[in-house]
Amino acid sequence: MTPDEIRETVLDILSDIAPDEDLSGLDPDRPFRDQLDMDSMDFLDIVMELRKRYRVQIPEEEYPALASMTSTVEYLTPRMKDIPKK
Amino acid sequence: MYDTLILGAGMSGLAAGIRLAHYDQRVCILERHTTVGGLNSFYRRHGRNFDVGLHALTNYAPKGDRQGPLARLLRQLRLRYDDLELAPQTGSRIAFPEVTLRFGNGLDLLREEVRRQFPDQADRFERLVASLAGYEDLGRAGTERSAREIVGLLLTDPLLIEMLFCPVLFYGGSRERDMEFGQFSILFRSIYLEGLARPRPGVRQVLKLLVRRFKQLGGQLRLRAGVCRIVLRGGAAQGVVLDDGTEIAARCVLSSIGWRETMRLCGVPAGDLPPAGQISFVESISVLDVPPARLGMNETAVFYNDSPAFHYARPDEAIDPRSGVVCSPDNFDYPTPAEENILRVTCLANYDRWAADAMRS
Repeated sequence: MTPDEIRETVLDILSDIAPDEDLSGLDPDRPFRDQLDMDSMDFLDIVMELRKRYRVQIPEEEYPALASMTSTVEYLTPRMKDIPKK
Repeated sequence: MYDTLILGAGMSGLAAGIRLAHYDQRVCILERHTTVGGLNSFYRRHGRNFDVGLHALTNYAPKGDRQGPLARLLRQLRLRYDDLELAPQTGSRIAFPEVTLRFGNGLDLLREEVRRQFPDQADRFERLVASLAGYEDLGRAGTERSAREIVGLLLTDPLLIEMLFCPVLFYGGSRERDMEFGQFSILFRSIYLEGLARPRPGVRQVLKLLVRRFKQLGGQLRLRAGVCRIVLRGGAAQGVVLDDGTEIAARCVLSSIGWRETMRLCGVPAGDLPPAGQISFVESISVLDVPPARLGMNETAVFYNDSPAFHYARPDEAIDPRSGVVCSPDNFDYPTPAEENILRVTCLANYDRWAADAMRS
């Protein structure tokens, strides 16, 4: 997956988790927590969806890497580069 | 082999099933009844829909709120706000002899009413609101103390105390007279600070959404599947035996059917368990030939009591009509009038008396 495809994948997961959110105005550099009022349970849900859909394992100590869209894509790029987009 | 078996297809069982299915578990929900819902269910009779249990959904928040319990629930279950078809209450009232406190969604109206009817308690009331435990505080030190004890330290007018306890106990009191301060705080917030709303089609709407989501995720729901025993091995639940003798194995069993009943299914003799709770209700549902408002019932809910003292306890008689909740599903702020013409009256009851009568007939 390219960084753009990873970004799309994360958006897709976010729209599943928070179906009422308009994600078109999401600022990639600001934390999801601040923009979407996400709590630790929501982050766990993102981690779980990545694992379910793409078998990507994210250890708990690395969850902070998922703070914003930019940091998430950066973190996932080396880990998902060989995984085809679904 | 399931990852988890859930006993009871009420809202909590269904919600737990959805959460576990999100986490890729193989889940099966077992329900003894012919339909879902448990204590908050519904039925249809002579072409009309009736709700059982809930009068309204508490914890109301308008669309767009992201932090309250309703928003969190929706997000964790991945439901859309609009799918609930929520309509907020038109206003409710606590009616004691000679004193009435009106309240709506959000604290403003109640605060104003307390200031007007109990001027010397107004500041104390604010202190009570400020000292309520938060949703995150449940189970922490102090929240298990008696609510009456803590509220009694903050408010000094016994009538105001009784009036504020009335809706809180009716909507969430599983024990007589009092409850834990943590639970009181949660209910106080959910009723007075947040408020009441109703899905336009009634409780069936919530249940329908939960069942649909659970099944979409691959969850299994089995109705008419009563559990007669929880299988224990080495002190851990390993599955269940159904009434028809079928054994179902699972790594984990979650029960939503209450402590006492769960322990009984684990083989603990009834005599070794604490007695069952004393609180029961009887509800009468009247279908009127006019809207309830025509009879003077304009509010969503009226919590009434016929004397300054409020007796939230099991009556000796079959029913205690001295206090109760009068509620109409017609009286919510729907986009178009409901025209259900339904009036519900809920009162405390003595379960044993009703059970004995049912046996006789």
